Order: sequence, then C-alpha cells, then structure tokens
Amino acid sequence: MKGWYVSLLALVASVGLASVNSAHAQTVKPAIVYANGGKFDKSFNEGVSNGAKRFTAETRIAVADFEPSNETQFEQAQRRFAQRGNEPIIAVGFSQAVALEKVAKEFPNTHFTIIDSVVKLPNVQSVVFKEHEGSFLVGMLAAMASKSGKVGFVGGMDIPLIRRFQCGYEQGIKYVNPKAELIANMTGTTPAAWTDPGRGAELAKGQFDRGVDVVYAAAGNTGTGVLQAAKDRGKLAIGVDSNQNYLHPGTMLTSMVKRVDVASYNSFKAMQNGSWRGDVQVLGLKEGGVDWAYDQYNEKLITPEMKARVEAAKADIIAGKITVHDYMSNNACQ
Amino acid sequence: MIRRPLPAWAEIVLLPLVNIALAFVTVGIIVRIIGVDPLHALVLLVVGAFGSAESIGYTLYYATNFIFTGLAVAVAFHGGLFNIGGEGQAYIGGLGCGLAVLALDRYLPIWLMIPVGIAAAALFGAAWAAVPAWLQAWRGSHIVITTIMFNFVAAALMVYLMVNVLIAPGSMTPQSRNFEPSAFMPAMGGNALNLSLALALVCCVAVWVFLWHTPWGYALRTMGHNPEAAVYAGTDLRRMIMLGMCLSGALAGLVGVNELMGVHHRIVLDFPAGYGFAGIAVSLMGRNHPLGIVLAAVLFGALQQGGAELSFDIPNITREMVVVIQGLVILFSGALVHLPRPWLQALFALRRSS
Repeated sequence: MKGWYVSLLALVASVGLASVNSAHAQTVKPAIVYANGGKFDKSFNEGVSNGAKRFTAETRIAVADFEPSNETQFEQAQRRFAQRGNEPIIAVGFSQAVALEKVAKEFPNTHFTIIDSVVKLPNVQSVVFKEHEGSFLVGMLAAMASKSGKVGFVGGMDIPLIRRFQCGYEQGIKYVNPKAELIANMTGTTPAAWTDPGRGAELAKGQFDRGVDVVYAAAGNTGTGVLQAAKDRGKLAIGVDSNQNYLHPGTMLTSMVKRVDVASYNSFKAMQNGSWRGDVQVLGLKEGGVDWAYDQYNEKLITPEMKARVEAAKADIIAGKITVHDYMSNNACQ
Repeated sequence: MIRRPLPAWAEIVLLPLVNIALAFVTVGIIVRIIGVDPLHALVLLVVGAFGSAESIGYTLYYATNFIFTGLAVAVAFHGGLFNIGGEGQAYIGGLGCGLAVLALDRYLPIWLMIPVGIAAAALFGAAWAAVPAWLQAWRGSHIVITTIMFNFVAAALMVYLMVNVLIAPGSMTPQSRNFEPSAFMPAMGGNALNLSLALALVCCVAVWVFLWHTPWGYALRTMGHNPEAAVYAGTDLRRMIMLGMCLSGALAGLVGVNELMGVHHRIVLDFPAGYGFAGIAVSLMGRNHPLGIVLAAVLFGALQQGGAELSFDIPNITREMVVVIQGLVILFSGALVHLPRPWLQALFALRRSS
C-alpha cells in the first residue's frame, strides 16, 4: 500500500507543484545533478559528493541526487528537482551549463549552483577553478621527481578544459627543467573518455615504455586506471580533483586537488544560513580552490627541497610574481 | 509430434507480451535482491513513463529516436544487411542538419528552414552509410565491421569539428551557437516532444509502402532472402546494397532532427547517446515491421523515461540498474525470443484438442 501512496505523491508532485518554490532559509532541501562520470568516480564528481556527505553529517539534512545517463536528462533532472522544491540545486560539470540556463530562467525563485562553468543569472551561483595554477605546481613536482627527464600526461576527453590542465602542467615542468620532455595523450574524443580506466592504463603503460617515470592523470574515472598502471610498473603518478594520494601510497607523488567538495559544502551551507549569493566565484591558489596535496601517504616521496620550491612558487603565483598562462583565455598554450 | 505454427495474432501480440512479462519477472527478482519492493518499482516505472503529460512527452520524445533508428535497422535488415552504424549515421545526420541550420537560419523562414534541415540530416546520414555500402558492394568488406568502425570515425570527426571549428566563440563547452527560432521544430506539448514524432510516423508509413508495395522494396527483400535468386531475377545487387544502406542511413540521420532542431537547438556532442545501437533491439523486437517498431520504440522510450524517474525516487536503483532492466528486456525479446514459443504452441494444441 505504501508503494501506491508514494507513487500517487510522485504523480501529484509532477503535475501540481510545478510552480511552487518554497525558499525557507533554515530548512534547505539540497540536490545534486552529477556529470557523466557518475557519483563514484573517485575524482571530480566524488569530490562534490564528499562535500554533500560532510554537510549531511553536520546538519542531518539529506541531499537528493541524480546521475544522468544522457544529455537530455541534465535538463530533465534539474527541472524535476526544481519542481519538487529542492534548493540549492548543484549542477556538476560544464556540460550542464546550457540546460541550466534554460531551467534557471523557468524557476527564477529557485537557487542553482553550477560547478566548472559560468551561467550569468541572478539565481545562479557559478563556481570555476584556476586548474592551470594547481597543475603548474604538480608539474614542478613531476619535473623534480623525474629521473629520466620525461614526464607524462593522460587527459580525459579532448576539450579546452583538459587542455588547460595540460598547459598549466607543462608550464610547471618547464619552470623547473626547460629541457624536460612532456608526452601527453588524451583518452578519447567522446564523453566515454571519462569512464574508461582500461584505456587509461594502456595509455600510461605506453608512456612508461617511452621512458616516462611520472604521469599526471586528469581524466575523471579513467584516471584510476592510470594510477593503477603506475603502481603496477613502480612509476610515480599524480591524481586529480579529489586527494587521491591514499589510493596507492608509495607511488602517488601527489594530487592536484580541486576543492569541489568545498564548493558544494559552501553552497549548501550558505543557503542554510541565508548568505547564498548568485555570483561568479573563481577559485585559484589564493582562494584555496586548487592546491597540491601533501599528507602522510606521500610525505616520503616529497623531499624538503621539493616542498620548499613548490611552496615558494605557490607564494609567487599568489603574489602575482609568476603568471600561469590560462589555455582557455586564447585557446592556445603559450 | 509436429507443432503447428501459432496463429498470427498470437505471434504478433501474445509472444512479445510473454517475452516482456518474463523480462519483468526476472527484473523483479533482481530488484528484490537489492532490497526494493518490485511492485512499488514497477508502479513508479509506469507512472514515471505515462503518469503525466510531461512524462508522456518525454516517453514519446525518446520513442521518436527509437523509431528512426529502428526503421533504419529494419530497412537494411530486409536486404540482408546488418547496419550497426546507426549511431554514427545519426551523429553525422545531425551534423548535416546543424550545418544547414547554421548557414541558413538567419535567412530562411521556418516553413522553409525545417524541410531543408530534415533533408540535410537525411542526406548526410545517407552519405555516411554510403561509404560502408560501397565498400561492401564493390570491395567485399563486411558491412558489420565497416559500419561499426564508422561510428568511431563519426565520433572523432564530430569532436574535431566541435572543438576546433564549430565551437561558439567564448564557449567553454564544445557546442555551436544557438539556432535561431526559425529552426526550432514546433513543440508538441511537454518539454522535449516535438513535431519530429509526426515525421517518424510518416517515415513508418513510407517504409511500409517502400518495402511491400514497390518493385525496389521487393528486390531489396529478395536480396535479403536469397541473393542468388535476386541475381537470377535480374537484380543488380550492388545498386540494391547502395539503395538499402542509403535509405537506412537517411532514417538514422533523422535522429539529428529530433535532437538538434527539436530539443537542443544547437549542435552538441554525443547527442545520439546509444539510440543507434538500441535501434537494433527495437527492430528485432518489432519483427522488422514498422508497426512493431513503433510499439517497441514506445516500450523503449517508456523504459528510458520511467527508468530515469525510478532512479530519481529510489536511490538504490542507479542508472546502471536501469541499463540492466533495459538489457533484460532486450535479452528476452531479442535473443530469447523463441524461448516461450513451444510453450504457447503446446498451449494452443491443448486448447484445440479439448
């Protein structure tokens, strides 16, 4: 009987509540629409999920979520959450921007947050990151840790955003060792490139065979295969988005953390205490939005000199003494 | 004991229903194992697919794609050609549609822009199918291999064009500029459903007329049943392969109309989202007949839409679980299609003897 009741409610909700948006400051009903990689990619999406978990642990407020399986469902899921009175609704990933632009106009009283893209509407908060700055730092570490002078990069889908990671990484490498060689591969040209650890491992092994001894994976779930391959061959790997150092202690040089967890947590928290604002937040090293990860899992791999040098460069970037070129400012790396 | 064939109505209606029922029983057992009440899940699935005007709209919108790709597979299949390339043909069809719109939407009125977009989608889809068809007809390369490889070529080509050429200036996402309203396929209520559904139904009738009421359709089917007999009857097999595959590719290409002119209103990446492959199952399930394909397409559309709603309401049922459900339906109505036939035959024999 309960089943009938719930489905009846769902029916009523889908028909009748289309225009009702309850915005109480204290009783938030947060929701997340994930990107293609899925909630448990141990990387980008999972970072958002971790922020939500932290929020739930502190406030006992459950966070609804949905993993879309095609592009049309981005819009569908955002709208369904808005109809149910969920807010703020976090749209994860740049690919949801266009859908969100449409849905946010339909629900002007509902608050949305988008991560990795900018949607300029009063009821949308946009959170973007300066991935090139964080990638610069891990590039320095890669160049300092490499004995062969050859370092690798495995990107996910070949899009400007991932080229931005690669470009920052390359600048960091050259900053330390202008003669170092970067061997870079993109996993693929379709969104499937985010979810193919097998191919990630093959690409990494191919790079190791060519002399690479440090590889940086910026490929979502595909990256788990890269990190595994590095462990199997005894090479060093650099994780991305979440702190992935714990995955393979001993071969994880560091991780380029992109604090998407902070982004989701802050958005929920701000909604709860009424300080949420529809603005654009650009989070770089200065704001703590990106960083390199140093913890008990990789402290043996990072010598004091390496640490000192990276921290110095970090301070210089924050102070504006070093400018890291952003690939996406002119769609070129120079 | 010789079993008599089933009556036509049982073959067309009863057998598929039994197949679907078997699939749902199996799904029910799996759903039970992961701790969800199967009946509750079934109700959510059905309500999610047909419970409101909005959900019916989404179901029919998905069904539109499945009709196009299902018809594409069926036309080639009647000629004995197994076209696995619907995915790539849909992709390139969308490219053609999008290019036509981007070039002309500022100049043409809607009543001219839409037919031009449709024609461009069909033309590009046909062209993409024509290459494997030519390779099969003149070089003997097997069409299954070449069409599936062309899917990857299409995906790579699209990404190259979207990332380097067609990307809207200043856009972070690889997508083209928005179409002008003159290129919007008129909506039919709901949020995604548009006039492409009518186009799909027209295509169903056209395919039926072509296959069963024209000399070319007859020649194509003859080739499918027995190529030697077709040659003996004076059919040019090469031309028939080209004709069958180009029609097939054109039908698949029309997915681009539903997706780009109907919903996204710009060229986006990866819009075929597996519809091309699902078309194979839709066609198999619909017995390669347009009417059956419409019914199978609605079922697949309902699974897609209801499945999404299901994972919305029950966190235990992830999107992977929805794929399992769809897969089981395909398994039982495609691969295991003949499983219940002997049972039904025995049942009918029993009824006759009593």
